[in-house]
Amino acid sequence: MKIAENTFGSKYHVDEKGFYGRFGGAYVPEMLYPNVKELQDNYLKILRDPAFQQEFEQLLRDYVGRPSPLYLAKRLSEKYKANIYLKREDLNHTGAHKINNTVGQILLAQRLGKTRIIAETGAGQHGVATATVCALMNMECVIYMGSVDIQRQAPNVARMKMLGATVVAATSGSQTLKDATNEAIRDWINNPVNTHYILGTAAGPHPYPDMVSRFQSVISEEIKVQLLEKTGKANPDYVVACIGGGSNAAGAYYHFLNEPDVKLVAVEAGGKGVNSGFSAATTQLGKLGIIHASKTLLMQTEDGQITEPHSISAGLDYPGIGPLHAHLYETGRATFLNATDDEALQAAYELTRLEGIIPALESSHALAKLGQIPFKPNDVVVLCLSGRGDKDMETYIRNLPNKIS
Amino acid sequence: MSNRIDQLFASKKTGILNIYCTAGFPELNDTLPVMTALQQNGADLIELGMPFSDPLADGPVIQESSTRAIKNGMSVRKLFEQLKDFRLNIHVPVILMGYLNPVLLYGIENFCKKCAEVGVDGVILPDLPMDEYESDYKAIFEQYGLHLIFLVTPETSDERIRKIDSLSKGFVYAVSSSSTTGKDKDMGNQQAYFEKLKQLQLKNPVLIGFGIKDKATFDAACAYSNGAIIGTAFIRAIENTTNLPAAIKDFIAGVK
Ligand SMILES: Cc1ncc(COP(=O)(O)O)c(C=O)c1O
Repeated sequence: MKIAENTFGSKYHVDEKGFYGRFGGAYVPEMLYPNVKELQDNYLKILRDPAFQQEFEQLLRDYVGRPSPLYLAKRLSEKYKANIYLKREDLNHTGAHKINNTVGQILLAQRLGKTRIIAETGAGQHGVATATVCALMNMECVIYMGSVDIQRQAPNVARMKMLGATVVAATSGSQTLKDATNEAIRDWINNPVNTHYILGTAAGPHPYPDMVSRFQSVISEEIKVQLLEKTGKANPDYVVACIGGGSNAAGAYYHFLNEPDVKLVAVEAGGKGVNSGFSAATTQLGKLGIIHASKTLLMQTEDGQITEPHSISAGLDYPGIGPLHAHLYETGRATFLNATDDEALQAAYELTRLEGIIPALESSHALAKLGQIPFKPNDVVVLCLSGRGDKDMETYIRNLPNKIS
Repeated sequence: MSNRIDQLFASKKTGILNIYCTAGFPELNDTLPVMTALQQNGADLIELGMPFSDPLADGPVIQESSTRAIKNGMSVRKLFEQLKDFRLNIHVPVILMGYLNPVLLYGIENFCKKCAEVGVDGVILPDLPMDEYESDYKAIFEQYGLHLIFLVTPETSDERIRKIDSLSKGFVYAVSSSSTTGKDKDMGNQQAYFEKLKQLQLKNPVLIGFGIKDKATFDAACAYSNGAIIGTAFIRAIENTTNLPAAIKDFIAGVK
């Protein structure tokens, strides 16, 4: 396990103050300061404890089902003229990469003596992954979810409830991921002592972006081993991932960040098109600002009010981006593309028919851009298939009736 | 000229009433009428909220007032327009309170300059970290004679309270309980915390805020501090009124 490697001093990892270049930090009101400080002071100590690592590793193996397969998608490769491997996070327990982080954070919460867990969720995958580890560890669990997302991701709401979580609707703003996160943070302010907030993406105040990235870094750790075995080389030419807040991308990039021969591609949600007024492509539309206590790129009005984003995918429907990714964008280390709602739907349909895999709408955004990356025929490409599409069946059926029936 | 906040605390040591109101609320052009009525009826200090779309530390009442003010067209820019000549009539100290993002986008230096130009005395930016203030912005605030006021909570360590006191100017804002604004948490258990604040003998005066809503809670807070701050209860009192001056008069009469 490399989650506890000392990466300070690396150009692309967090620095001692919690920044990636000019992005990051912890812009929290005093009411939240002790909670965040407790995490800052303890997270690396806990992650470095061999007993913690052993427990984390064992749960990832026996409970989550890791390592997740690295699958050479032959028909997809033929179509896009490269060797395309899918990192099958969709095969994890609960159906997405989110569980890697929730397993890590629940073990951390236990070591901090917390008895109550809260989380935000967009697509519901993080909510389900949190409710799952809470059931496993017998902890009280409250999940905040935007009212709009409760509608469009109904199967996951049912799963969370069956797992014993209380699901609270966030009714302010656009009633999506941003608003659910606001409510979770307010809950944490009101319950500063007994509660741990399991944030589900590589965003929020330091140390969350770094902590979540470390828990997700198991993805790239495995890719290296698996690729070496399959191709004789540990490094691919490309790593491609979708970005909401950026946790699956952070995990897929992590051990390649300082390997300049590995090209990193990030795909944001273009919504109805970057300039349509209905988009969540933060790097294209955002300016420097503060969202959820992190200084990063942010979609906002000229008066500094946060803009309501749009994406067909609840997990990408967020007006910010994790500070690591803002830094990768600004330094040019990663290339940022975006896929529209329609392109993502088409890509989901295509993968289903080519490979017999129904992907999550979020992951479909990454798939949608395979045709726009200038691959050479021998290139080795790893695409992080962050989740499965069960939760999105209603959307798939509604939007592609003639193709599915 | 010395800062109006300092003048106030030099002349009055107890029972200071600070009222918070979101700017541009209930209607866009109510900012000045609200301030005028507050001064007339004996508020000692006025805290104007600069509305933000995502106010993390606020409960539903102040959130809704912010949403409404933004819909009305309020912004940092608009607020400075409204405040252009307010010192012709308003003499009590005025503090602007808001989240960092809109101020950052406006530009910290620009913002401080504008505050000084129109006659604002202090600023509260709850999500501005102390260290960053000290290294990047303190000199600018001081250049424009603007006081930055920091918050302490029951969970803040003594050592940190000392640091906050050393960086704050004007007063220290003691949050009564660890909560978002407008939560009805019992102030009864906070005596030890208030007592501690008193014993620490801070260099700044202390005002207590969060959960102050009527005469009983105001008096209880004043027993331990130089005064108190009322926000949510005031917003509630004026949000649906058809007679703003009368509602404000009644509200303050009920507290003092
Ligand atoms: C399957 C899947 N992929 C991706 C995401 C986006 O999150 P992140 O950018 O943190 O990986 C989500 C979020 O809900 C998700 O469920």
